[in-house]
Amino acid sequence: MSVAAPSAPVPVGEGPVPIRGGLPGAARAAAVRARRGLRHIRRSPRMMVGSIVLLVFVLLAIFGPMFETNPNAFVGSPLHAPTGRFLLGTTASGQDVLAQLIDSARGTLEVGFAAGAIATVLSVFIGVTGALVGGATDDVLNLFTNVVLVIPGLPLVIIVAAYVHSGGLMATILVIAFISWAGSARVLRGMTLSLRSRDYVLAARVYGESTWRVIVVEVLPNLSAIIISGFIFSVIFAILTQAGLSFLGLGDTSSMTWGNMLYLAQNDEALTSGAWWWFAPPGLCIAIVGTSLALINFGLDELLNPRLRVWREPKAKGSEDVL
Amino acid sequence: MRYIARRLGFYLLAAWGALTVNFFLPRLIPGNPIELILSRMSQTGTPPPNEAASLQAMLGLGSGNIFIQYWHYLTSVVQLHFGASITDFPISVASIISSTLPWTVILVGVSTVLAFTIGIVLGALAGWHRSKWLDAIIPSTTFLTAIPYFWLALLLLYLFAVIWHFFPLNGGFNPALNIGWSWSFISSAIWHSLLPGLTIVLAQIGGWLLGMRNQTVTTLSDDYIVAAQAKGLRSRRVLIGYAARNAILPSFTGFAISLGFVVSGSILTEIVFSYPGIGYELLQAVQNEDYPLMQGIFLVITMSVLLANLLADLLYGFVDPRTRQAR
Repeated sequence: MSVAAPSAPVPVGEGPVPIRGGLPGAARAAAVRARRGLRHIRRSPRMMVGSIVLLVFVLLAIFGPMFETNPNAFVGSPLHAPTGRFLLGTTASGQDVLAQLIDSARGTLEVGFAAGAIATVLSVFIGVTGALVGGATDDVLNLFTNVVLVIPGLPLVIIVAAYVHSGGLMATILVIAFISWAGSARVLRGMTLSLRSRDYVLAARVYGESTWRVIVVEVLPNLSAIIISGFIFSVIFAILTQAGLSFLGLGDTSSMTWGNMLYLAQNDEALTSGAWWWFAPPGLCIAIVGTSLALINFGLDELLNPRLRVWREPKAKGSEDVL
Repeated sequence: MRYIARRLGFYLLAAWGALTVNFFLPRLIPGNPIELILSRMSQTGTPPPNEAASLQAMLGLGSGNIFIQYWHYLTSVVQLHFGASITDFPISVASIISSTLPWTVILVGVSTVLAFTIGIVLGALAGWHRSKWLDAIIPSTTFLTAIPYFWLALLLLYLFAVIWHFFPLNGGFNPALNIGWSWSFISSAIWHSLLPGLTIVLAQIGGWLLGMRNQTVTTLSDDYIVAAQAKGLRSRRVLIGYAARNAILPSFTGFAISLGFVVSGSILTEIVFSYPGIGYELLQAVQNEDYPLMQGIFLVITMSVLLANLLADLLYGFVDPRTRQAR
């Protein structure tokens, strides 16, 4: 991850914003920050595309099922190729593939965002706390992080799933969250260690601010881009892991996800009977959602590391010629 | 030397962590797994007389207090006593693993090294020629990394095996041949491994490419690059001798960490292709509720990932001498 580069993050929205301005100043700083964020999205085509695509899928997941009939109803002849009535054909038992695809968006995104959120909270808690408290606490937490990081995740999830036996969607979410927090915790710890000794943090401490306030006001805002980026990575990881787990038939089978669709398609020999309309769309949806999230992360990376930015000032040519 | 000792200590600790997880998992689930397994076995035949005892030993559910059981479990694993498989009863877990492991190691090893090499070379070039076509295909590699491994495998299998009949549909070799060092067997094994290998390479290449490209771009604006160019060195020399050498370091660390993910991804790939490796065997074990086999495979996968990480760490000391001096 390029966030590991030693260069300091661009302090978003800092600068001439009043230091002791109280609420109006803070509100204005937030407005400035939001405007800069929006401008950044507009100026980065990758982030723009990613955000729009993700938004479409989120809206589909929220509102799609309202317009669809029961996706598990047997509505047509089995394994029918795409037609005007069934835009993506039917399954081996004559269910509408498109309806299932839309219905599955909700379950898939639920698992992704829930597991991503839990993993992020864990990583912030363990990474930032360890680095700020220091001493033996930091040593233990750091060791724990590194151990979790090297133990291969999917085999562990498979074993746990085999023991737990269909613990529902929540069990899947928790297991995935538990194996995916360590990477960002390590990055966050590194960043916090470097922030801890910055002048403005020292100044705040000398000024007598409580540790709690130092964390929330001085440290966390400067970590926000990394935290968001870590969250997005966790969401991608969770969606992919859940899909893999369901594909093996080890996920929660009561709720529909894209991974479950792939499992059913594989079990009913969709591949050898040539029913590409059944197994191609779910994987494509996973890939598109994953790509849109990764594109958003691209934009964030550029925000963090100005050297990676794609756009250039209109007259700033020549830097290319030097190389 | 101290660096090596520290790393060794860390991986021993991680191995102990994995063993502990393996020991406590069967205890955390409700119900008695041994009764469950035995009742399942008695449906298909008579369970061997000492099975309950050997199951207890394997699952770490032996008699006595929990610490004695734990110690017993640790010592038996260190001696590579994984017990016997339930599904293929008389055969020991260790021998099943040793017959499936080479398939995975060769397939995943070769494709991982290939993906890493190709990705690093292309990434360095893309970072060097920022405005050329190579850098323009970067967004499409993002798409490649977001694709689920196993779905890519399904798609390739559908195209190359079902539609075009170019590659075999499944398996790791032609079942009509005997396993051995004959040319016909080896060529058949290579032929069967091409499509799974291609899947792994395709799925991984994007990540390496992207990391290397970003790192090259970052490195290129460092002072020593400018100095090298000011000296009038040829640009090829600057790229290979100065920029790429430094830009590869983070990828190298990533290589070690990602080995775990490589194993994970290849489990699914093996299952799609019914490739006779350790991932396919793991799924069989899970479906047959063959707990000793399952735990043995999990341990072997974890240990090999830890070992690979250790090797990468030790190599890193040679690649980047600064880490040796640091501590």
